Amino acid sequence: MSGMNAEVKEVLAKPIFRNNPIALQILGICSALAVTSNLKVTIVMCLALTSVTAFSNLFVSMIRNYIPNSIRMIAQMVVIASLVIVVDQILRAYAYEISKQLSVFVGLIITNCIVMGRAEAYAMKNPPMMSFLDGIGNGLGYSAMLLSVGFIRELFGSGSLFGFEILPLVTNGGWYQSNGLLLLPPSAFFVIGMLIWALRTWKKDQVEAAEFKLAPNSKKEAI
Amino acid sequence: MAANKDSVKYTVFISLVLCIVCSVVVSAAAVFLKPVQQVNKSLEKKANILAAAGIKAEPGQDVNKLFDQVIVTKVVDLETGKYTDAVNPATYDQRKASKDPQMSVALTQQQDIASIKRVAKYATVYLVEKDSKLETIVLPVKGYGLWSTLYGFVALKGDLNTVVGMGFYEQGETPGLGGEVDNPAWKGLWPGKQIFADSDLQQANMPEPKIHLIKGKVDRSAPNAAHEVDGLSGATLTSNGVTHLMQFWFGQSGFGPFLKNLRAGEA
Repeated sequence: MSGMNAEVKEVLAKPIFRNNPIALQILGICSALAVTSNLKVTIVMCLALTSVTAFSNLFVSMIRNYIPNSIRMIAQMVVIASLVIVVDQILRAYAYEISKQLSVFVGLIITNCIVMGRAEAYAMKNPPMMSFLDGIGNGLGYSAMLLSVGFIRELFGSGSLFGFEILPLVTNGGWYQSNGLLLLPPSAFFVIGMLIWALRTWKKDQVEAAEFKLAPNSKKEAI
Repeated sequence: MAANKDSVKYTVFISLVLCIVCSVVVSAAAVFLKPVQQVNKSLEKKANILAAAGIKAEPGQDVNKLFDQVIVTKVVDLETGKYTDAVNPATYDQRKASKDPQMSVALTQQQDIASIKRVAKYATVYLVEKDSKLETIVLPVKGYGLWSTLYGFVALKGDLNTVVGMGFYEQGETPGLGGEVDNPAWKGLWPGKQIFADSDLQQANMPEPKIHLIKGKVDRSAPNAAHEVDGLSGATLTSNGVTHLMQFWFGQSGFGPFLKNLRAGEA
């Protein structure tokens, strides 16, 4: 049983730092740029993606022994797409304002490589419960990254967290001059880059081997 | 069964089963959640009507309550341009009616500049009255942009010419380009614009709407500046769509007759 627990822990925790889908596998960047200017929206997106990844892994794993090899990707897509539509419908019913802000990005979970990647790489080979946990774990990894980015962007971009004022803005008579760049999607590139840098400084084994090496300069300087 | 897992028959069978199961799940979600979604939609519509009329709900204030307090809903017969009791304003659904052959009129190609094909016989209008004088009137408009039909509201002052505000509550234009019709900065260009030319209002029986979007920015000193609004950059077709829907709804086949009657005080 302890072996089982260790495996569960491994599946859940590994994607958060050691094999983060965004920071190490560099997947799902598109939505990470788009929905992180405001933490409230970010959280909903994280929940949506985590539930889609978890349940698509669960269902794909349940039918993995019945899917003919020739149509396995299509079959995965059908499951994922259905789940995404269901999630979108639920958001439209119970979180209308946020679903409007997320607009196309909920629909685009379908194309988020993390979901498909986990279905193909893990759920096709593992039993349903573990696949479900793997989905949750990868969702958590995605969420950890998105929330860090969202935290930085909202705090320094609009001086607030979850819409509550933390740093009083100059425009409201405070002292903090907000950084407008952080509200624009490209800023997430910088933030994600910095986070990856920080992560790889901490965990050196994530640094990729250089693809080529500079040859030493053999020519002597002209005298 | 597993032995011939890759046979054509089995593949077709499995994909059929999978598709049926998935479509049942998806349609069940859509059907069961529809009532809740519709409540959200109607609330948003009301919020949009209030926003177009320039009435802000205080944070935490109930939109439904505020709407009932300040807005009077009436139904107009577009052809005669008079208020009508033919349908109940509270339950009348103009969008549904515009698809119902009994309740709508087909437009000829010449009339149909907004590409909406049919127009409902009756239109809902929203009035804000102060001391029993018309302060603001909110008119529903719709028209085709590039990809989608834009549904929105235009609010006019009591002079039935000056725009108080406008906004679309439903559109599916390209996000970032035509989708910028939702940009508050762009919507902020509308208040103060005039639909008709003053000279036309005095002379013409049925004045032609002059309001339109132009390419680029409006030169404020230009003689026509009051009728011009900045076009959306990168979205020529959506901009044209907005121009067309304005011209349609304030013209002969739209609210033209109604506005004429209202100006004469005979609606």
